[in-house]
Amino acid sequence: MVPGLPVRALVWLLIGLVLSFAVPASAKQFDVDSFTLANGLQVVVVPFHRAPAVTQMLWYKAGAYDDPPGKSGIAHFLEHLMFRGTKETPPGEFSRIVSQNGGRENASTSPDYTVFFQTVAADRLDLVMKLEAERMHDLLITEDKATPEREVIIEERRSRIDNVPAALLDEQRDAVLFLNSHYRLPAIGWLSEMRGLSADDARRFYATWYAPNNAVLVIAGDVDLARVRALAETYYGPIPPHPVPVHEALAEPAKVAATRLEMTSGHVASPEWSRSYLAPGYIEAGGKLADALTVLAEILGGGESARLYRSLVIDKKLAVSVGAGYGPYRGAGSFSLYAEPKDGVSVADIEAAIMAEIRRVLSEGISAAEVDRVKNRLQASALYSRDSLSGVARIIGASLVAGRSLEEIQAWPERIGAVTPEEIMAAARQVFKDDAGVTAVLLPEKRS
Amino acid sequence: MRRSMPQGALALLCVLVVSLGIARANGIVEVKSPGGVTAWLIEDHSLPLIALQFSFDGGAALDPPGQEGRASLVMDLLDEGAGELDSHAFKNRLEDLSIRLGFEASYDSVGGAMRTLSANADAAFDLLRLALTSPRFDPAAIERVKTEVATDLRQDAEAPKVIANQLWWRTAFPDHPYGRRSAGSPQSIGKLGTADLRRFVDERFGRDKLTIGVVGDITPERLQALLERTFGSLPAHAAKAVVADTAAFGEGALLVVNMPIPQSVVAFGERGIKRDDPDWYVALVMNEILAGSGLTSRLTAEIREKRGLAYGVGAGLSPLRHAGILYGSVATRNDRVGDVLEILRSEWRRFRDDGPTPAELEAARTYLIGSFPLGLDTTSRLAALLVSLQVEGLGMDYVERRAAALAAVTIDDVRRVAKRLLDPDRLRIVIVGAPKGLVGATEMAVDDE
Repeated sequence: MVPGLPVRALVWLLIGLVLSFAVPASAKQFDVDSFTLANGLQVVVVPFHRAPAVTQMLWYKAGAYDDPPGKSGIAHFLEHLMFRGTKETPPGEFSRIVSQNGGRENASTSPDYTVFFQTVAADRLDLVMKLEAERMHDLLITEDKATPEREVIIEERRSRIDNVPAALLDEQRDAVLFLNSHYRLPAIGWLSEMRGLSADDARRFYATWYAPNNAVLVIAGDVDLARVRALAETYYGPIPPHPVPVHEALAEPAKVAATRLEMTSGHVASPEWSRSYLAPGYIEAGGKLADALTVLAEILGGGESARLYRSLVIDKKLAVSVGAGYGPYRGAGSFSLYAEPKDGVSVADIEAAIMAEIRRVLSEGISAAEVDRVKNRLQASALYSRDSLSGVARIIGASLVAGRSLEEIQAWPERIGAVTPEEIMAAARQVFKDDAGVTAVLLPEKRS
Repeated sequence: MRRSMPQGALALLCVLVVSLGIARANGIVEVKSPGGVTAWLIEDHSLPLIALQFSFDGGAALDPPGQEGRASLVMDLLDEGAGELDSHAFKNRLEDLSIRLGFEASYDSVGGAMRTLSANADAAFDLLRLALTSPRFDPAAIERVKTEVATDLRQDAEAPKVIANQLWWRTAFPDHPYGRRSAGSPQSIGKLGTADLRRFVDERFGRDKLTIGVVGDITPERLQALLERTFGSLPAHAAKAVVADTAAFGEGALLVVNMPIPQSVVAFGERGIKRDDPDWYVALVMNEILAGSGLTSRLTAEIREKRGLAYGVGAGLSPLRHAGILYGSVATRNDRVGDVLEILRSEWRRFRDDGPTPAELEAARTYLIGSFPLGLDTTSRLAALLVSLQVEGLGMDYVERRAAALAAVTIDDVRRVAKRLLDPDRLRIVIVGAPKGLVGATEMAVDDE
């Protein structure tokens, strides 16, 4: 009933979306092809012939994690400015051309990457590849373009964060959960720092990180390898590479103190509880640990037959909703438990009941049958994700920029199938050790 | 690499995109069971998946006074146990077989969506049959779901966007079911008993009101058998029920709910157009130019791109069965709400008085024609399209006809329809936030029921 607002330049701040990336689909039957241009640009081609359409996704391995100190939000600000014109194409022209050709476009910034994408009729692929390649190296950022766009991102922040108490608390939670790495910073930026972001800052970030050798191009749709190769050579091939810094490797120290955050708001009706634990990211987790944590999250919180829902919602009747999730970034991750207590149930009771379930896992273990059920479901979800034009492209792109190889991504269903109860228990013991999580409680203001 | 021959979906979409003159849009097959259950099918064996969507005409607008939320609660409870399976057993079976089944109520219809691996199709259709023909409505499940809904409703009552939206609809339709929340209120759903829910199922799930769309890895013959088994035992006719058409509301309004938040949320709109109106396509083009989803619309250009006053602004046509609405929203900093409203009204006026430029018209037509098939990539979306084609009586060749109708829209058409529909003085505007320096606004309380 309510038409959605335009969501160009949206920030995937929500852990749910990161989570879905932790569940890559099998791409094997898709005959995914990949090649690398001489300038270092990796190109992946995903054939999908149900619709005569094609999606171009260009993933830069640079995101909010790479925002310099004092400049939080600059990666996201640059993402917006990428729509404000190049030396050849005036502001707004890219969007106008895409739209005039019946196409759709969007972009988003996460901690680990920035991605730009368009969906157009298959015979218009050359047009969007030309335009996307152009703004890889020829962007024109001026102060008079930056001025209104800075106001846009500040309004975006107000809409997504400042007007939404739960989002504000999540932001504070991340700042406490991640003690050292930049994952502690909001991708959209702190309001005070966003106000100071300049055209110069954006130009510097662009010059530092935007290069063919720091990007992955995914083309999905009604195309074939030879055509994509020719177009990629034509448009992206001539762009010169340049050295790109390594991402600052800031390891998380052991978290030894359990931390509790409490926020009271006049704009929430009922309490929300969550507890987040520091967990390994893609690099540290490698394949196995991340897979085990994915299965663990599903056993605990995946749907209404999962342990937490059974116990807290159905049996004990304490919660309205409950869940668990593993959200890995490249360099660190989180494992979260969350619940909404029923009216009249205290937050303390919810917390006690959830933690009792966690202790039960740690002391009694999990059954092979339970693990098998969940593995089947995860493997089926991989199949479902292949139903959409952009689904596989998004999973492949996000996983590649997080540091996984194409082979690892393609073998995901097999890898999930190989996870054992012992590996899951080892992963659980690692995440829950010392019980040093960050508990975040959102409470409604008492009203007279 | 050789591409396989186009399956149904592909054939259909080829017609959609390259438009006229290639082939009939005959990727769609009508499948009729021996007992007369009909579905439209696009066969597509590229993945071992099946998507089914269905809809019964008649939705939340039929909830009796005092029982608001009934249709919605019934739909929430259909997968909470049916036949011999209690809620836990039913959910377990769905999850173990990776069958995705969901039900939903809107004002004018109730319906659902099912996705399954084709290997589990028999079980999936069977669970759907159970849900529709013998839902259990166990007291424990009813209580639990009521609690969930009431919690959501209370949370919504704190969310600025939802408050603005609801106040807009409530004041635009004070005497019509469209002015009520389709999910009801904690009070109204609290009073609903098992008998009320059963009555809804008995009265509304009639085959004469049923529309089905299926896409994916299934043959017409197999579907035929499954249709009969799944839907064949439903009553032939739903109970008679009538929702009144409602006249377009005439007056403009400026309403404010004061809330101490950093950004004001604005809902705006006025009378729109119904789906069967001959001017429908012209109105689509008009809205795209004035307030469409791209960065190129006039509202986005003026409010976002030039002035940075909002992250997003847009409006769309809401063609309800008994009323047509043009509704949009924007959110802006509290001290600029007045500026945004001024731009909104002046763009409304400018468009009514001057209409679009030829370039704008051309861009909007091309976008609306070209973007439509690009969004039809998943089996679910195609299945939903098949349902709406039947419900709206649009025909199997709709996509061709849609493109032709849009291509035929002239600048004079858009001018005429803009004069018919757009009136800045009739805009109903609801603001939730702490707007500064606003004149002529009527203050409303949050809980002003």
